[in-house]
Amino acid sequence: MIYFDNSATTRPYPEVTDTYLKVSTEYFGNPSSLHPLGKISERLLVQARERAAELLKVNPSEILFTSGGTESNNLAIKGTAHQYQGRGNHLITSSTEHASSLEAFQQLEKEGFRVSYLDPDNNGIITAEQVKEELTDETILVSLIHVHNETGSIQPVQEIGEVLSHHPKVLFHVDHVQGAAKVPLDFRTAKVDLCTLSAHKFHGMKGSGILYVRNGVRLHSLLSGGSQERGIRAGTENVAGVTAMIKALRMSMGKSETFLPQIRKINRWIEQECSNIPGVVINSPEERAPHILNISVPGIKPEVMVQALAEKDIYVSTKSACSSRETEPSRTLIAMGYDKETASSALRISLTYENTFEEAERFIAEFSDIVASLKKVVNKQ
Amino acid sequence: MNYNHILIRYAELALKGKNRKEFEKKLQDNLKRALKKFPETKVIRSFGRMFIELNGADEEAVSSRLKDIFGIHSFSPALKLELDQERIDEGALWAIKDALPEERGTFKVSVKRANKTFPKRSQELNYHIGSHILRNTKELTVDVHNPDVEVKVEIRDEACYIMCKTRKGAGGLPVGTAGKVMLMLSGGIDSPVAGYLALKRGVELEAIHFHSPPFTNERARQKVEDLARVLTRFGGRIKLHIVPFTAAQQEIHKKVPDNYEMTIMRRFMLRIAEAAAEKNGALALVNGESLGQVASQTLHSMHTINEVTNLPILRPLVTMDKLEVIEIARNIGTYELSILPYEDCCTIFLPPQTKTRPSIRKAAAYEQAIDVDKYVSEAVEGIETVIIKHDTNIEKEFEDLF
Repeated sequence: MIYFDNSATTRPYPEVTDTYLKVSTEYFGNPSSLHPLGKISERLLVQARERAAELLKVNPSEILFTSGGTESNNLAIKGTAHQYQGRGNHLITSSTEHASSLEAFQQLEKEGFRVSYLDPDNNGIITAEQVKEELTDETILVSLIHVHNETGSIQPVQEIGEVLSHHPKVLFHVDHVQGAAKVPLDFRTAKVDLCTLSAHKFHGMKGSGILYVRNGVRLHSLLSGGSQERGIRAGTENVAGVTAMIKALRMSMGKSETFLPQIRKINRWIEQECSNIPGVVINSPEERAPHILNISVPGIKPEVMVQALAEKDIYVSTKSACSSRETEPSRTLIAMGYDKETASSALRISLTYENTFEEAERFIAEFSDIVASLKKVVNKQ
Repeated sequence: MNYNHILIRYAELALKGKNRKEFEKKLQDNLKRALKKFPETKVIRSFGRMFIELNGADEEAVSSRLKDIFGIHSFSPALKLELDQERIDEGALWAIKDALPEERGTFKVSVKRANKTFPKRSQELNYHIGSHILRNTKELTVDVHNPDVEVKVEIRDEACYIMCKTRKGAGGLPVGTAGKVMLMLSGGIDSPVAGYLALKRGVELEAIHFHSPPFTNERARQKVEDLARVLTRFGGRIKLHIVPFTAAQQEIHKKVPDNYEMTIMRRFMLRIAEAAAEKNGALALVNGESLGQVASQTLHSMHTINEVTNLPILRPLVTMDKLEVIEIARNIGTYELSILPYEDCCTIFLPPQTKTRPSIRKAAAYEQAIDVDKYVSEAVEGIETVIIKHDTNIEKEFEDLF
């Protein structure tokens, strides 16, 4: 099997599933229970939080455990809007956010908030200048994706954070789901107030995520019903998922040093080989995350490509998994200036630490065969 | 280029005459222990000053650790360079760009030339380095009276040091220079702050906690261990003595009228703490009492309770308002732990009415009904001592889970 769909989800490390199993069976007590079984679960949770804080170079009190990227994004965006609506009703984001952000903003629009959707340039980039121009006295939140899930474009988070640091009323949320352990981001130096992470994108289990909430920032909760997670997120804590997530994060961050240069090389090599295949175009910008490559085969439906590759035991995806069932062209690629045909035929190749050159070679061999034969069919040659 | 040293300036050490050397030695030990996490660093004493050699360790991370070490007045990241004019110019320019990344603002250069063999004299160097900075930056100007940044250049025998930033240290005296004390650590907001302030004056700290299972549960005990762990950031490892207090408390509850229960209980605690202090070589007790804050902390209560011991009792919070205490607790990171809602031994048998003006005579009379020595010595013998270290935050059995 060649699994090149690591931006949709990754396979959990065996060590991670071991942890998950052990915690689920041995430390199953409810952290809120007063007896020793509860206490030990609570200790584990406290230590998971400390470990997470250490890995992310923040304070334990700034780590909020959630059910994943979608919840973290929703909580950051709606939680800020509702908490600080007294300060203003203007929100800024981009037109190419992940669905979990974009649709949160659309909901807020229905409630009466005003949302600015910034369009990226041809490389998928939103500049600090663009953000600056859009700021008003009413602005309370800027929310941007760090590493784009379809194209791998990297937003200049550091520069935007710098601009926003002069506007203390404006909070800065970063969707770091694709960037975690792949494209380093220091929350403090980038002056980020809120930041989303999702465990299953770095070989953890599904159903666990983190929202970094800088000390001093308050959020209106989405889920009420208990004092867990400092009252911001009620619900019995997923201790097993959380513990497994921290293990996955530690392992991934450890691997990133050794393996990132390699997957960057593989990524470049696939790009180069693809650009030599007639009928294939490269959509990702030159400057991008090491693990994502977006290409198109104009004229061929991407679903067909995905199926054809799957028959060869090779797995890639169309757009982001969360919107891949829509038949619309990729709004991200449209926003970046690609024509409708290219935007409707995009494929995403997404790598992880242990992908190899041999896999890349086999992929290219199969892929070029499939493109050639499908082209023949489509063009009736 | 990057900062490769941190210069440490002492707090009150200069005042201490011939003890100075001992104090410096202690501070050096404390720094070494605090920087264990950065094995590449080295703490060096030379010519009446202290340096940390970073050897590649992250300057920000080391600095944030230094902020918790008592005995440091201030510290500055420093560039250590060889005595070469070009290197010095280059270093000064890098340092000011690091301090003012937007290259806007004012500066001055202050050269100290202890090494008189260096060819250029101080004034010449001020001018030379200043000109080099002006030529190579955009909007910096010189202001010798109120500069935004002072570029300090020290030409010494062995090397040249360049510094631009000064950070404030924690002040106080190096922990371990003032003898040992026993802190009465309850789990509330006050006592950890009292411990912190005692540490600031250089004491070595042990802590004693009264535990009354099953009336106080494991979580209350855990909370106290966690609080002690926070204090290790400032004081290194801490011995925590856990006193089994159930029997004494039950006996007091049975034999003493409600309104004197708190007073007598406190007298017992002091007796036990005194015995533990003697056993462990502590010369004083420390507690978190603040005058008039609660019934047991009125002057009358203190008078009556204090009567049972001759050991000095340090009360760092005695004149503080609750809000001042809370502010310190927040700053040192104990507040969030302290407000966790677990019963401690002071609250479980808390009677509806406590005497705010107890008298020694009556307290002594009520104690006639109790075999004081027996309960005190049993409690002291039952003490369980745990050593709390800064890095024991990951329990062994959890280690492989992460």
